[in-house]
Amino acid sequence: MKHTLRQVFRSGKFLFGFSIFVSLVLIVLIYPLLVPDDPLRILGQGTFFPPGIYVNTYDSINTSTKYTLNLPNADVRRLESKLSQEDRLAMREWLIAAGIAESEIDIENTSSLLALWNSNYDPKKSIPGMTNARRNYFIRLNNSLKGLTMAGDLVVASKNAESGGLEDLGVVKDTDYVNISEVANVRLLLLGTDNFGRDMLTELVTATRVSLQIGFVAGLIATLIGLTLGLLAGYVGGIVDDIIMFFTNLFTVIPSFVLLILISYSLGQEQRGAFTVATVIGFTSWVWTTRAVRAQVVSLRNRDHVNLSKLSGHSIAHIIIHDILPYIASYVVMALILQISSGILAEAGLSILGLGPKTTEVPTLGLIMRWAMIYQAHIQGNWWAYLPVLVTIALITFSMNLMNTGLDQVFNPALRD
Amino acid sequence: MAKREQICLEARGLTKVFGFGRNKTVAVDHVDLTLYEGEVVSIVGESGSGKTTLAKILLGLINETEGEVYFQGQKRDIRSYRQKQEYWKNIQAIFQDPFSSYNIFNKIDSVLLDCIHMRGGRRLPYEKKVELMAEACRFVNLKFEELTNKYPFELSGGQMQRLMIARIFLLKPRILVADEPTSMIDACSRATILDMLMQLRNEIGMTVIFITHDIGLAYYVSDTVYIMERGRFVESGSADKVILTPSHPYTKRLISDVPKIYEEWDLSTV
Repeated sequence: MKHTLRQVFRSGKFLFGFSIFVSLVLIVLIYPLLVPDDPLRILGQGTFFPPGIYVNTYDSINTSTKYTLNLPNADVRRLESKLSQEDRLAMREWLIAAGIAESEIDIENTSSLLALWNSNYDPKKSIPGMTNARRNYFIRLNNSLKGLTMAGDLVVASKNAESGGLEDLGVVKDTDYVNISEVANVRLLLLGTDNFGRDMLTELVTATRVSLQIGFVAGLIATLIGLTLGLLAGYVGGIVDDIIMFFTNLFTVIPSFVLLILISYSLGQEQRGAFTVATVIGFTSWVWTTRAVRAQVVSLRNRDHVNLSKLSGHSIAHIIIHDILPYIASYVVMALILQISSGILAEAGLSILGLGPKTTEVPTLGLIMRWAMIYQAHIQGNWWAYLPVLVTIALITFSMNLMNTGLDQVFNPALRD
Repeated sequence: MAKREQICLEARGLTKVFGFGRNKTVAVDHVDLTLYEGEVVSIVGESGSGKTTLAKILLGLINETEGEVYFQGQKRDIRSYRQKQEYWKNIQAIFQDPFSSYNIFNKIDSVLLDCIHMRGGRRLPYEKKVELMAEACRFVNLKFEELTNKYPFELSGGQMQRLMIARIFLLKPRILVADEPTSMIDACSRATILDMLMQLRNEIGMTVIFITHDIGLAYYVSDTVYIMERGRFVESGSADKVILTPSHPYTKRLISDVPKIYEEWDLSTV
């Protein structure tokens, strides 16, 4: 036993898969201790805030100690961040229509573009073929550019309750800086927010935990059913074997995913908790374990050590538990690992179809993908809403399959390379 | 040596067919066999002649397709597992391959303890059990103190087969089916193991069915010899008669295949 374990942990593939899996599990366990937020709490008003550090504007203006830094190119950067690529393209379009040579316009160079625009733009100039709406758009663009280039300080003022006039509270210069650690409210959203404005990372970690739980429950149920039926069919044989194999073949022919969809649909949205879904997945995926275990048991049944155990007066139950089970244990563990990873995938598949666990209790990897898909994150380019989930699912199944391959090589020396 | 008094085990028209249709194989074909109490019977044949299948049928490990087995005058009825367990108190076996005969997850102690339990010694104090196990080990020239907490696969093939004999020593069955007990053992250990087997037989007076492909070995150990070819007995009779004056060509061939028979075993002592 100890020897086998040592051999297993010497297998490179198993070790690699195992370390990925263990680090995923550790993240899932440790992260909630560091960030004890409710994963379904809605933080943001709006959909799909991109990843980044969110600094409270109100707090940063009110931060008492202001630092003055004279950084080179600060003005240029400021301009560049405010002038979007779309605006630049529109400016070029107008300039070309107004008769400026295309070679003269460099939309990447902000200052020369602005200079060209300011010297040429005339709102009264009529360009043939331009709609009124388009013309108004250029007028708006020009006005916003004026604000952009306006030099001077910002005045922060508040309304006086008695007189109704404005009172200066402070002046924000363009060289004022705050230290981010002195701002009261800063939130790091490493993966941004989802369509409901929830913190994507917290949600993802919780979803990984729930999906792993679903996978484990589904895998355990499937393996237990498969093991019991396989042992019975294989060892007892005869009519018991025939009956069990009849149903097993029946379920082999019916695609289990279709069965899963039908059962999930008939349960209804309200009845589907995460563990109900896991149970349903478990009860529809035992078929292959049964067949595999039965095949193994049939070949073990007539071995000499089983005969010796019979001759030593052991009961059938004792023989199954002591003389058959240990010999197929490694095989069953491998089947369990595969069942867990396929359980996670089945849950994701169901959830994408809208037949997964109900959406109000816990997030799962499949549910996050479903929300991202419904709110068209993939079309809008909001990669943080679906890519991390995909990577997580891929990592889980990859690590489990790798562990399985590693185990396979340890227990079937013929497969070693 | 045979007393030829009481019939211990009798088989009538025993047949075993594997598969059906085109793949049908008749492994044992209408075999009649009579075993007297205390006798050593050899069943000799080449591999594939159905010796092991016959042994397993007699042991009740596989079911016969046709025919009856009478045990101590009564028709054997082992349809239920409980009846089989009862039957196995009387008949035991030593298998060919010692390396696959043991459950690799069980320690040697548990192999021997099972035998004590089967003989109704479950309630004995532990010291008494150890004493019994040590006695059995001593009989086969093994040291029990060295075997405790070891696994069978840590022993050599010869030691494992001797442990098998220790099992039989504890179980004291009426009939022992020895299915090529020495074929996987090196030549030096072979004689030791055979001698132990014969000594054990004399001590507890059991009937032995000795299955082998080596006709010289059969001559060395047995009172009666059955020659088996393709599932049938082609010749049978006392060991002297069959081996010294063979009548069937298959027997003659088997004997000529073992040229060293007269050198290896001194006939005058048997």
